[in-house]
Amino acid sequence: MAHTVQAQPPVAAGRLALHGLSVEGVNQCVHCGLCLASCPTFAELGTEMDSPRGRIFLIKALAEGRIALGASTAGHLELCLDCRACETVCPAGVPYGRLIEAAKAEIERQRPGGVLRRAFRWLNFGLLLTSPWRLRLAATVLRAYQTSGLGWLVRRGGLARLLPGTLAAGEALLPPLPPARERAALPPRIPAEGARRARVAMLTGCIQSVVFGAHNRATARVLARNGCDVVVPEAQGCCGALNAHGGDHARALALARHTIEVFEAAAADAVVVNTSGCGAHMKGYGHLLADDPAWAERARRFAASVVDVAEFLAQEPLRGPLGPVPMTVTYHDPCHVVHGQKIRSEPRRLLAQIPGLSVVELVESDWCCGSAGIYNLTQPAMATRLLRRKIGHVVATGAEAVVTANPGCILQIRAGLAAHGATTRVLHIVELLDQAYGSASRGGASGEASGEMGRGSASRGGAST
Amino acid sequence: MAALAEFRKASLRRELESIVGASAVLTDPDELLAYESDGLTMLRALADFVVFPTSAEHVSAVVRLANREGVPFVARGAGTGLSGGCLPAEGGIVVSLMRMNRVLEVDYENQIAVVEPGLVNLHLSWAVGRRGYYYAPDPSSQQACTVGGNIANNSGGPHTLKYGVTTNHVLGLEVVMPDGEIVWLGGRTRASAGYDLVGVFVGSEGTFGVATKIVVRILKKPQAVKTVLAVFDEIDQASAAVSAIIARGLVPAAVEMIDQLTIQAVEDAFDCGYPRDAAAALLVELDGLTVGMEAQAERIVQACRDSGAREVRTARDEAERQLLWKGRKSAFGAYGRISPAYMVMDGVIPRTKLPYVLRRVNDIVAAHGLRVGNVFHAGDGNLHPNILYDPRRAGEEARVLAAGAAIMRLCAEVGGSISGEHGIGLEKADFMPFIFSPDDLALMQRLKNAFNSSGLCNPGKIFPTSKSCAEVGPAAYRPHAIEEKGLAQRF
Repeated sequence: MAHTVQAQPPVAAGRLALHGLSVEGVNQCVHCGLCLASCPTFAELGTEMDSPRGRIFLIKALAEGRIALGASTAGHLELCLDCRACETVCPAGVPYGRLIEAAKAEIERQRPGGVLRRAFRWLNFGLLLTSPWRLRLAATVLRAYQTSGLGWLVRRGGLARLLPGTLAAGEALLPPLPPARERAALPPRIPAEGARRARVAMLTGCIQSVVFGAHNRATARVLARNGCDVVVPEAQGCCGALNAHGGDHARALALARHTIEVFEAAAADAVVVNTSGCGAHMKGYGHLLADDPAWAERARRFAASVVDVAEFLAQEPLRGPLGPVPMTVTYHDPCHVVHGQKIRSEPRRLLAQIPGLSVVELVESDWCCGSAGIYNLTQPAMATRLLRRKIGHVVATGAEAVVTANPGCILQIRAGLAAHGATTRVLHIVELLDQAYGSASRGGASGEASGEMGRGSASRGGAST
Repeated sequence: MAALAEFRKASLRRELESIVGASAVLTDPDELLAYESDGLTMLRALADFVVFPTSAEHVSAVVRLANREGVPFVARGAGTGLSGGCLPAEGGIVVSLMRMNRVLEVDYENQIAVVEPGLVNLHLSWAVGRRGYYYAPDPSSQQACTVGGNIANNSGGPHTLKYGVTTNHVLGLEVVMPDGEIVWLGGRTRASAGYDLVGVFVGSEGTFGVATKIVVRILKKPQAVKTVLAVFDEIDQASAAVSAIIARGLVPAAVEMIDQLTIQAVEDAFDCGYPRDAAAALLVELDGLTVGMEAQAERIVQACRDSGAREVRTARDEAERQLLWKGRKSAFGAYGRISPAYMVMDGVIPRTKLPYVLRRVNDIVAAHGLRVGNVFHAGDGNLHPNILYDPRRAGEEARVLAAGAAIMRLCAEVGGSISGEHGIGLEKADFMPFIFSPDDLALMQRLKNAFNSSGLCNPGKIFPTSKSCAEVGPAAYRPHAIEEKGLAQRF
């Protein structure tokens, strides 16, 4: 029986790169395979091209020129969630997130796709994410679509079935956009309550600010209650995470530079972020801009100041008084919090401080829900499989609410629970903390928050600005 | 010719698809690339097909087709093996069992579980863990490797010392034989009459067929566990401590040794709590009844101190214990922090020879201009010297192979063996003559022929292929002397 076994061919020395981005990290992979079982797509499909080790192998083969970027290879790389669960278990420290971003950028260069795909990317990456006002305009249009009854017609009237897969998935995931007053900007400064602990600048986020303005308000209130002067730079825009994850490297760089500039001017002790993808990405600015001498040092310094809201709050015991929130909840770890930023115990420590709250652990709590940035739009089939898996675990906990820390996860899990007919709520962790503070206030334990940021009247106050 | 080969491939593809479905057959060369190696990257071979059966009937039909067409086939789990055991046969079929990964049944009263081969080892322990049970064999790759792969390699792990290897935990197997027939070996109870065919099958490295259902024993989790970390300034002291522990009649569940280079790699990876400046550390675990555990732990601590340990401490809680084990079990992968590639040897030696052999191993590797990290099951005398190298540097692979061969020869010379748990695969096939005579090998070959007469099932593995000992495949088959005399017949 012919059984040829080849020795590894000597590989040309030199920097391994895709789309000008270093993928030298592939050489750290020793093929041990410990990552395999941590990968959601491998668990679903069992195919090694859809495992971290397999993808690293493909990226290496691409960079070395052993293979061309064919449709199948591009497909396996695009099917990657970029959840970075493999990084958490990788003993060799392969910087997988960077490798897959480089690969995705190369895919965009070589295989930009058809008109629809390019239009979709241009609309999102080029038009909406690069401009806060265009995004707000889009939100107004979408809100009109939803409230006019047109949305109802599309869903119930069966029009949704005529939409191409990506659009149909997007339609289903669209959250009911809040009224304009909820989407209004936060005040530029929210003063600390009690003894001053720090001056923090807050990222309000692009999507976050139009869809979950309420979470931003809650974040600011909770930070202020914990002694933070909160500043909200008005000129901030998108941090560029979605562009980077989607292979739009050039715009990602521009957005990163803009973000650094705006937040440097805020001169804060820390930049607090309440969305996981943004936080993980901004912590990586140092690497992103490492090759740009004018920006490398600034980027490194900025990245070191970025902190996730749960990570920040868990540094000290929460300042009281916290009122009771009698509820059973479970916690879902957003990928770019737990894997991207290695924040696992902090949110649980915060939840443990809320009186009356009972927390049950979620099976596969650190497993991607399928949201993964815009993955649920670009890969609806796999996203749905992962969502069903997640919902099964959530329902099994019997919890009244899923607590998490990222808008994408919240939208995805809400959609999944609705489809399942479950009444489980989905909350951002700051909402729950805010609720505990609110509950304490109602109990007369402390003074009311006031003005624009006051709970209850917050929306109306905000609308007038 | 090429056109004919392409035509044959296309028709074989259609037939495979009719068995397992179109979405369960890979033929794209770029996709096949992901299967060209297992955990041993030095060896590579490209299959023509990868198929994903979901039942024994699928596997059987694929195997029958392969037999009809004379195409070699290789079963594969997670591909974490370290000896090239599931390296594809060039131009053959890879039978991936990753879509057969269910726990089919758990019988807690009788302490057995019936599982499919693609189930991840650790997932079995998770599945039965809620009820207070676990699956004892715990190879370091248990978070990714499959029970089927463990069967093939008769895998061990740190807790082998007390609990034995895979074969001690397997009661029965449903097997697709190399000709496609589906048979049961063993059963659901411990004793079975006649030849121990389960014992023959476990460790046959995929050359005796494909296991499709596996009946394993599950154990009740021990009442108490205590993990002791002993730190040494000299490797010899750590080796002596191993002997001292065993000599005092203590039976720990595990005694693992980790040397300095390895400590530094795992500390870079996960900050596990091993002191970076230690020459070696021992991880000793006791498990069992709470009663008497404290006293036993004290005796272990004393044995380590008497051997010169500079520090001995007990893991304070489960979190610290888990972290120490995480470091130990991630050690191979952690070499990626300090080297782009490694090749692990899997020698076994008499425990008393540890100090001598470790010194010699370090000398051998240094003489070849390479670095070595040692992390291994010291209580069993099962060494894992990991030779670090850079495949991009010309000539290094050849030196790795030469050093590896010298280490294997050393293990054989001191009365040990060339594999403890990783299997022979392709990597160590040529070392078999170090420990087996031509007669031994011929006998093993006859056993193989009894199961795998066509030679199509995982060809090229285990038996040496060098000039002196050509594999006795179907073409090269020569009747054995006893067969010529009519005392035995081939079937």
